[in-house]
Amino acid sequence: MSSTIKSAQRRQFLKATGLATGGLFISFNLFSKSASKRMAVKASEADLVNFNSYLSIHADGKVTIFSPNPEVGQGIKTSFPMIIAEELDLDWSKIKVVQAPLDIVKFERQVAGGSRSIPHSWKRLREAGATARNLLLQAAAKQWNVPLDQLSTTKGMVWHKASSKSLHYGALAAAAALLTPSKDIKLKDPAQFHTIGSWVKGVDNMEVFTGKAIYGLDYSKPGMLNAMIVRPPAFGLKLKSFDATEAKAMPGILHVVSFNNKVAVVGKSTWEIMKARKVLKIDWEKEKELESSDQHDKIFADMINTGKMESKRAEGDIEAAFKNAAKIVESEFQCPFVPHNSMEPMNFYADVREDSAALAGPSQTPDAARNGVAKLANLAPEKVTMEMTKMGGGFGRRLNNDYALEAGELSMIIKAPVKVTWSREDDMTAGVYRPACKYKFRAALDKDGNMIAFHVRGAGMNSGSPVRENNFPVGAISNVLIESSDYKSAITTGPWRAPITNFLAGAEQIFFDEVAEASGKDPIQLRLDWIAKAKANPVGKVLYEPDRFKAVIDLVAEKSQWYKKKRGVYRGFSVYFSHSTYVAQVAEVVKVKGKPIIKKVFSAVDCGILINQSGAKNQIVGSVVDGIGTAMFGRLTFKDGVPEQSNYNTYKLIRMEDIPEVEVHFVKNTIDPTGLGEPALPPVSGAVGNALYRATGVRHRNQPFIDYLEGTKSGSKVVL
Amino acid sequence: MAVYKLNVNGQNLTTDVAEDTPLLWVLRDHLGLTGTKYGCGIASCGACTVHINGDSTRSCILPISAVGTAKITTIEGLSKDGDHPVQKAWDEIDVPQCGYCQAGQIMTAAALLSKNPNPSDKEIIQTMNTHLCRCGTYHRIKDAVRKAAQYK
Repeated sequence: MSSTIKSAQRRQFLKATGLATGGLFISFNLFSKSASKRMAVKASEADLVNFNSYLSIHADGKVTIFSPNPEVGQGIKTSFPMIIAEELDLDWSKIKVVQAPLDIVKFERQVAGGSRSIPHSWKRLREAGATARNLLLQAAAKQWNVPLDQLSTTKGMVWHKASSKSLHYGALAAAAALLTPSKDIKLKDPAQFHTIGSWVKGVDNMEVFTGKAIYGLDYSKPGMLNAMIVRPPAFGLKLKSFDATEAKAMPGILHVVSFNNKVAVVGKSTWEIMKARKVLKIDWEKEKELESSDQHDKIFADMINTGKMESKRAEGDIEAAFKNAAKIVESEFQCPFVPHNSMEPMNFYADVREDSAALAGPSQTPDAARNGVAKLANLAPEKVTMEMTKMGGGFGRRLNNDYALEAGELSMIIKAPVKVTWSREDDMTAGVYRPACKYKFRAALDKDGNMIAFHVRGAGMNSGSPVRENNFPVGAISNVLIESSDYKSAITTGPWRAPITNFLAGAEQIFFDEVAEASGKDPIQLRLDWIAKAKANPVGKVLYEPDRFKAVIDLVAEKSQWYKKKRGVYRGFSVYFSHSTYVAQVAEVVKVKGKPIIKKVFSAVDCGILINQSGAKNQIVGSVVDGIGTAMFGRLTFKDGVPEQSNYNTYKLIRMEDIPEVEVHFVKNTIDPTGLGEPALPPVSGAVGNALYRATGVRHRNQPFIDYLEGTKSGSKVVL
Repeated sequence: MAVYKLNVNGQNLTTDVAEDTPLLWVLRDHLGLTGTKYGCGIASCGACTVHINGDSTRSCILPISAVGTAKITTIEGLSKDGDHPVQKAWDEIDVPQCGYCQAGQIMTAAALLSKNPNPSDKEIIQTMNTHLCRCGTYHRIKDAVRKAAQYK
């Protein structure tokens, strides 16, 4: 098809749908490989969605931006459009942001995980905005018959200064849609940014504050049934038999069916289902060993002391270094399993039919949810639609689509559209947790207190690998051995916000505080010495940039007045590089009536260019709160395979009275931005643990820390 | 099953449910008001908070049979256009991350301020401490309650 024909068709389409209604707009499909796929479409939401574009400019100058990635509370639905608005010089107040549908061909990556959304899409979004701007400039140049380089843009308008002419984008959009982008489109100099780096409120705020926002749990369709699923009460049990006679006789109950060692109760309303599930008579039988937490402690001890390990990184001669050491520092650290505790429990809607399926729900990996159900139902993925709802938190739990597949399977069995809702108890006890881990760290120091060897033995429970072998200060140490082992437990695990490093970082940072103490060095100076070494003489592969490390350390030292004595304030330091971001923290603890209180946490962050001041700060503060809450209180224990905590009367989450003051500072630079959903969390427990040590004289090596503060040992219950 | 006449957000509505059905599920499943959230079912997290005659109340443990003729206000009925001082302050401070708990937080903050227009920080913490926010937006919640007090 020639471009002439295409243009003619477009014009016809424009005409046919009627400009007079004002309901026409141009949408640019800028992310497709060929810019010729730009199309003019009708301004109804349905058509918008069908065309899957990032951006539409309406004839009246209003702009709709489609934000493609799942919004899980990380603020991506706001920060992505900000990047487009920047390059296109849009008036932010005239933009409407809409969740784009799932379309992996157009959008490539629609995942909320690993703090990767911003790094992945930064350049693509800028190019989308800059290309659209170029087309509008070309249209104006043509219309006014002036050279393009005499034109400028601001707040959704094109200007020709010499003749004082101006037009809003809407008036140019139809003409712009017929043009081809120039070859040499330049992106903005970051010094000219007006939207990026500003304080922008969440685009869904008013929907949230008025109860209109639709989360997965709020989703409904005509004819939809509700369901809850009873899963084995202990890890290691399987379904033997069940009697649903009584449950089926209860009002509103339509089906009781079993699949995959589960029993599903299907009915009209949630409360009727909740009541019916209580009267089910189910016999479970032992399939695997029923594990308990005290048994895990013994397994861990064997693993880190004598167990066989896989070497993940080895440099120099570790044995000789320890043999020649003037001093050896050795410590062990352990963390328990923890649930994700998204405030919105797991849920999913599925309507699986013979030849197609419709899905909806909260997933951090919606494409995987769709493909999973498609495979289960033996359907081609394109026959399955997946609607992305708003999500009440994820923290990694919704990367795992077990709850989506379960809903799909149930819909297939009962041949009806159904929404499966998990109770809080289901959510906390039915699996996929942050794995429990244990570490042994060893440091060999020479007579001057320099760390000449660093040895890590890591053991995890279904952790994949519990170590991160390229972590700082690897690269600055001549003799290194990082070893890893994993125990195959019946307890299911998965990624939990900053997988592995959510505990490992704090453990490392507490250990280095011990090394600093043993070598008589200031904890910050110890790190700065290593950074200088890694810069001058790197040992092996180094993934971090020493200068950026130093910048966040210097910033936090300055803001917290680290080198100035503060009477009655006990301070702890930590610094960490993860998810491509550098974070340094100082925690301050004071004593009130002899009891240590976390008073303040300073964070210095290098995430490159700051996109949304409000969103970025919210993420950092939230990560600090989450990191403290999990370190202080987080613990799921097991007795004979049964989780011993099942709701917030037995599992403590951090509350308002527990939070310290949090101060956030960003390093200013023009490096491409990184994501902030995770990186401020890992180091928090290190800074806080080190401050608590100074206040109490007790090293906080095992989580939850509350055990030390209540004078009990790890394993006891939290008093609520 | 029994028919209950309810006053929700100024409207008279009827529902035919079992007498032990918590108000939360009546609102969500039977009246289509899904702004009130389910979080724990044991009155521990606060996501289900509504006003009963102006008092902030956990709807997840309140059986419908106990509601009687009381005036129920949900997040959908807190203001006509989302312009209640608490809603405005929540927007100004840009409180939410995932937003799931915020309807409940807003309802409790609104009830607090209607009874105590100038709460101290201690009173704010005591009241809002009964709510969970897994994203950790507690600092902004505290700031937004202070701000809402200024709007009044």
